[in-house]
Amino acid sequence: MRRYLLRRAGQAVLVLWAAFTVSFVILYLLPGDAVLAKLGGADTGTALTAEQVARAQAEYGLDDPWPVQYGKRLLAALHGDFGKSITTGDSATHMVLTALPPTLAVAGLGLVLAILFGGGAALAGTYTRHRWLGTLLQSLPPLGISLPVFWVGLVLIQIFSFQLRVLPALGNHGPESLILPAITLALPTGAIIGQVLAKSLRTQLAEPYVEIVRARGAGRARVHFGHVLRNAAIPALTMLGVVAGQLLAGSVVTETVFSRDGVGRVTTAAVNAQDVPVVQAVIVLAAFCFVVINLAVDLLYPLLDPRVRREVAHV
Amino acid sequence: MSPSLPAKILPLAAAAALLASGCSSGATATDAGPPRPGGTLTIAVGSNPDCLDPQQTGTNAALNVGRQLVDSLTDQDPANGEIKPWLAERWESNADSTSFTFHLRPGATFADGTPVDAAAVKTSFDGVKALGAKALLGLGYLAAYRGATVVDPLTVRIDFTAPSAQFLQASSTMSLGILAPAAYGKTPEQRCQGDGLIGSGPFVFDSFKQNADIVITKRKGYAWGSSLWRHQGEAYLDRIDYKIVPEPGVRTGSLLSGQIGATTEVQPVDETQFQGNGFSEQTRPNPGIVFNLHANVTRGALTDDNVRQALVKGVNRQEVVDTVLSPNYKPATSILASTTPLHADLSAQLAYDPAGAARLLDAAGWVPGADGIRARNGQRLTAKVVYALVFNQSQSVLELIQQQLRRIGFDLVLEPHPNAEVLQIQQVNSYDLLWYNVTRADPDILRNNFSTKAGNRSRLLPGNPLDAVLDAQAATVDPAARKQPVTEAQRLIVANGYAIPVFELTQVVALGPDVHAVNFEASSRLQLFDTWTSGS
Repeated sequence: MRRYLLRRAGQAVLVLWAAFTVSFVILYLLPGDAVLAKLGGADTGTALTAEQVARAQAEYGLDDPWPVQYGKRLLAALHGDFGKSITTGDSATHMVLTALPPTLAVAGLGLVLAILFGGGAALAGTYTRHRWLGTLLQSLPPLGISLPVFWVGLVLIQIFSFQLRVLPALGNHGPESLILPAITLALPTGAIIGQVLAKSLRTQLAEPYVEIVRARGAGRARVHFGHVLRNAAIPALTMLGVVAGQLLAGSVVTETVFSRDGVGRVTTAAVNAQDVPVVQAVIVLAAFCFVVINLAVDLLYPLLDPRVRREVAHV
Repeated sequence: MSPSLPAKILPLAAAAALLASGCSSGATATDAGPPRPGGTLTIAVGSNPDCLDPQQTGTNAALNVGRQLVDSLTDQDPANGEIKPWLAERWESNADSTSFTFHLRPGATFADGTPVDAAAVKTSFDGVKALGAKALLGLGYLAAYRGATVVDPLTVRIDFTAPSAQFLQASSTMSLGILAPAAYGKTPEQRCQGDGLIGSGPFVFDSFKQNADIVITKRKGYAWGSSLWRHQGEAYLDRIDYKIVPEPGVRTGSLLSGQIGATTEVQPVDETQFQGNGFSEQTRPNPGIVFNLHANVTRGALTDDNVRQALVKGVNRQEVVDTVLSPNYKPATSILASTTPLHADLSAQLAYDPAGAARLLDAAGWVPGADGIRARNGQRLTAKVVYALVFNQSQSVLELIQQQLRRIGFDLVLEPHPNAEVLQIQQVNSYDLLWYNVTRADPDILRNNFSTKAGNRSRLLPGNPLDAVLDAQAATVDPAARKQPVTEAQRLIVANGYAIPVFELTQVVALGPDVHAVNFEASSRLQLFDTWTSGS
């Protein structure tokens, strides 16, 4: 078990280093100049001399040869320092970390709702004896995936904020401002969870062990929720990594539509302005989240499945 | 064939909308005074300001906040461009506009209690100069800054190494707004976030949450307002809450449903929703260089004078405004917007004249080919326009111009780029046409972009007639003496097709029924000192 953990931790570090390096190559070595983006950001009609541009570039450490820049930046990144944002002048790490809590709040609530929506639809759809209801519930996930997040958000705002006036359309003040964005995020995410869970529930229901459990006298509910769900949960759990990506991508859209601060907004703004320190901080943070979630999922497997537990014990 | 029904209705609708907007930009039915103090204005802005320090930033989003926090030495009358007293009671300049002496009013203080005196003004100007390329606008205004001298506690002299007539107008902008000496104890980055952003303005900085909101509150005891303002003493509003709302539909819906009091950046398609029904619109064209196709005369077909003049005639400006924008936007009548001091009306030269354009091209030997695009000696009549999507409607405007120019046999190729690339392309001179506008309430902005000693976006040769008039207008602050060279500069630019003016960028702010007197200063940025609310 210890070796398993060590190996997984080693892999995690490797992934983070790769994320840093690949983002460095893409952001710093490919053409495009963040300082020029800032200076050209407002059309001020001011003609800049080459010397003025060079001075500004030097201030952001963009004038060193690339191996020196790479070394300096990697060393600083190990201390959590990705440099200062070219657009705001704030530390990139600070910007991303202050934007993180509002994003996590929406993503967390969105994930809970997604599990309730998706899991509920999958369980009810496979459990019901009414064929029409099962068909209806199982057709929800494809529908959920095909709805554009942007559009869903605007429709929800139109109904609940502009027409009924029960929820705020903008900002991140108070729990009520979480509801609409979380529902918006939960729809596509819940659809994915529902799709995967429904499929593995059906697969499990067709397994021979279900007959054995039934033969021993277990009722339908006991079979469905006690045995089948437990086995069917593993593929759905694996989807968590993918779902986390979905939540992050969705946050870019929901934060724009609902005028919320968050990692999504910081990311879009940084990409538009070619604010490389911030973009790099976001990439490494995203990689970190994936690594942690996948590590957590891997550690959960043995708890759910005794076969995995035995394998891990022998590693 | 008779015109189709929509073609008959459209001009009527446009006329009706014009009337409606004409009514709404003045006093409205709900504008029942007298103004009363108190209350909060919640106003939506479309983009995050990134940096709030007005000395460092050039975006509307930031300047609309910064204007309320800092005072300037002078103010500029939006009605006629005249420079009026503010922190300075009076001023004088020497004959060649290289030295300006300001006499400050006594009693003004910064929000930290320190006095607005000559030493503070000197610290502030030196501070702007030290920012270098970080002070996007100040860099141009203080290009020839030699230094400031404290003559006595309330008298300060600013010296330049070259004639800088534009400086008097620049002294009225928030970009040269005066910050407290303590502000320069903070780093420029800290000031960007509001830390140390201490001005002497009618409002003080309270908080800035990136991508969410900016809050400013009333300065108690404020008593040194600009001579142009409607009332003296403190501002009416207790608090202004700027909400950053990137999605235009959400800005519109939030205002209509009463969640905010006002919104900037109303999209042309949404404008009609705020006409009548208790809502109102305030609009003002931005002064400075209008949106234009700036020609590089050293490349391809644009080296031919006839081609550039044909382009001037081949753009139907009224159609651009009628179909892509709204009646609040004006077709360009010069390279300078109508709200710029010393603007010359050249609408006759800018009239849509496709036949005249065709004649010019025929005479120059450009022959229509099989696809309708002209050619001469195997060279196609084409040019690429480089642009960044800063203004939402730019893409649609350029697509329409593309169709209009096709009718005279010219192939306009659209080339969108991110901001950073546009500046790079400009620096290495690899463009045929540039699409941009610049906001500045002084005609000297022409020198920045057309003089061979400055931006020279047309890539003209030194010693040309345009250079001479641009230099002449820079040498005097006397509007009467500047009028002739400024008029001549506009005429030369249009007559030679150095740039093809298209339309005037316009600020459109929509107000809820309770919000009154949201004003624009001379550069069309928000001035909220006289703003008041009749809501609870």
